[in-house]
Amino acid sequence: MGRLASRFAELKARNEGALVAYVTAGDPSIGRSLDVARAIVDSGADILELGVPFSDPVADGPTIQVASQRALEAGTTPRKVLDLVARLREDTQVPVCLLAYGNIVHRYGYARFAADAAAAGVDGVLVCDLPPADDDEWSTSAAGAGIDTIYMVAPTSTTLTLEQVGRRASGFVYCVSRTGTTGTRAELPPDLEQLVRRVRERAAVPVCVGFGISTPDHVRAVCRMADGAIVGSAVVRVVEEHGTSADLPEAVASLCRQLKEATRGGR
Amino acid sequence: MPNASVASHPGSRPGYFGEFGGRFVPETVMAALDELAESYARAKADPQFQTELSELLREYVGRPTRLYLAERVTRDLGLGAVFLKREDLCHTGSHKLNNAIGQVLLAKKMGKKRIIAETGAGQHGVATATAAALLDLPCEVYMGEEDMRRQELNVFRMRLLGKQVIPVSSGTKTLKDAINEAFRDWVTNVEHTHYVIGSVVGPHPYPEMVRDLQSVIGREAREQCLDRVGRLPTHVIACVGGGSNAMGIFHPFVGDHQVELIGVEAGGRGDAPGLHAATLCLGERGMLHGARTYVIQDESGQIMPTHSVSAGLDYPAVGPEHSYLKDSKRARYISADDTQALHAFRYLSETEGIIPALESAHAVAGLLRMAPDLGPDAVVIVNLSGRGDKDVQEVAAIMGTSRGVA
Repeated sequence: MGRLASRFAELKARNEGALVAYVTAGDPSIGRSLDVARAIVDSGADILELGVPFSDPVADGPTIQVASQRALEAGTTPRKVLDLVARLREDTQVPVCLLAYGNIVHRYGYARFAADAAAAGVDGVLVCDLPPADDDEWSTSAAGAGIDTIYMVAPTSTTLTLEQVGRRASGFVYCVSRTGTTGTRAELPPDLEQLVRRVRERAAVPVCVGFGISTPDHVRAVCRMADGAIVGSAVVRVVEEHGTSADLPEAVASLCRQLKEATRGGR
Repeated sequence: MPNASVASHPGSRPGYFGEFGGRFVPETVMAALDELAESYARAKADPQFQTELSELLREYVGRPTRLYLAERVTRDLGLGAVFLKREDLCHTGSHKLNNAIGQVLLAKKMGKKRIIAETGAGQHGVATATAAALLDLPCEVYMGEEDMRRQELNVFRMRLLGKQVIPVSSGTKTLKDAINEAFRDWVTNVEHTHYVIGSVVGPHPYPEMVRDLQSVIGREAREQCLDRVGRLPTHVIACVGGGSNAMGIFHPFVGDHQVELIGVEAGGRGDAPGLHAATLCLGERGMLHGARTYVIQDESGQIMPTHSVSAGLDYPAVGPEHSYLKDSKRARYISADDTQALHAFRYLSETEGIIPALESAHAVAGLLRMAPDLGPDAVVIVNLSGRGDKDVQEVAAIMGTSRGVA
């Protein structure tokens, strides 16, 4: 069993939801990013998701766009992101996923990226603009290297897409809570539960919900219907606010502890 | 007579041109693309939609545009004939309205309540704002801050049309970033908003739909040429940024294998990264804005900044069908640099009394470059995609500081 599958199994046994915490790798620098990632892991987050920065992140709202820009200005490359994961792996077994854009993986070479990611200790990869109908080259390489392929589904996804995702997904399914880009929102949409149900009917892997999840209340609500909550922009904002100051790791850890606590309540 | 074999790219999957094209977008946009593709297929087959569109093109856009024999240029270059396809005489000053009016009409049929668009030089923004004014829909146009500075006049025109221009300050503050922002708006407001992409770029069905809407240029030019000289042209030349005017004039000639198709990209200030926008000449395979195509990227796959004196060509990717035409060798792509384009800008102004857009000046520069090898039997059509009024201020500023230009 892979790290992702065993983590979800442990959580299920403890009757907890997963906290998936996202940061953009290399923001504000590779070194600081390693501190932030370690703080996320130490705070009890269940899965770490690292964004591979891209110059043209169309799926992302302003918070992660700016983070990607900071990371690129700091000289972050896909290779350095994989090295960062390898450093983390020296002292943690927490599952690590990458969120990338297609051009980065295409340029690196699908097979080579899958092999290097696996060697670094990456467990799953979501390439957000590679649709399941058209990603054979990548998903075959990933499967061959033992990397889980994570797909995004949205409230507007067709049944056909959900079925494709259900057949192909490994690791977990990333449920986008609403149309739009990443970013924090005040409320969860009312039709979320229905989407999660539609996915569950077709996919055997766990379902996590992201986009607009920023508070312990959101996390609690999401964990009542899904297997985990993905928090991105809210964590990235703390990185932005604390930047280079010494309390950055603690500020991130403190947010993650609160969010993790919310995965335990009321399931 | 239109050629029957033009529409097909044998062996391609739907939405693809050979290995190029496709739909490489986040899942949040997919449903909207499905809806658009279905609605467009219906409209394409609907005689009533086609009649309405033809009427708008004739009465409002001012089609057919002339195929003008540029006699002084013909003599000066010693060629058989140089024709200019006068898209600069379309309402709003460029070919862009052919596409914008078709898409806004389609959006109206789809029941969309709001139009958004991106723009580089401002010509597509103006065309979309114009079509939205005519068909009575609210419209917001995303435009890079740098482009707003160089194309101030077009910003004012859009505002005069009662539409909003939204400055884009992310990334390089030019066309590619305006497209990113328009995409983000679209995925957020997709239920009631239609995104009018201005070129043959983006995910399926955009490259095909925009090409179809622009193909009126080539259909007219082909027929006009046959009428005028009794045979097809030997060469068709057009500038290529995203490539909509080029695709529009090339497409009806693709099946005519004796006709050479030449696209002219923006060579900018040189071949080094960051100095040009010559995607097909100098870029590599990748994906941007939802399509697998040639892009200008660094060794990690980050999209590189581009430069061209012409804002409309300042784009680090290209329509996927052009990538296909390049790799299948059906079309040839060359580049003209800033200096050559500025020279052509003045050349056409002085020789024919026609001030071309800086984008179209690249096509003229391509003609000037190729002319010595063409010979007295050559019948060349240059797509004059837009007029230069919008560029006069920028060119004045450049010529004021660099005397060597003319």
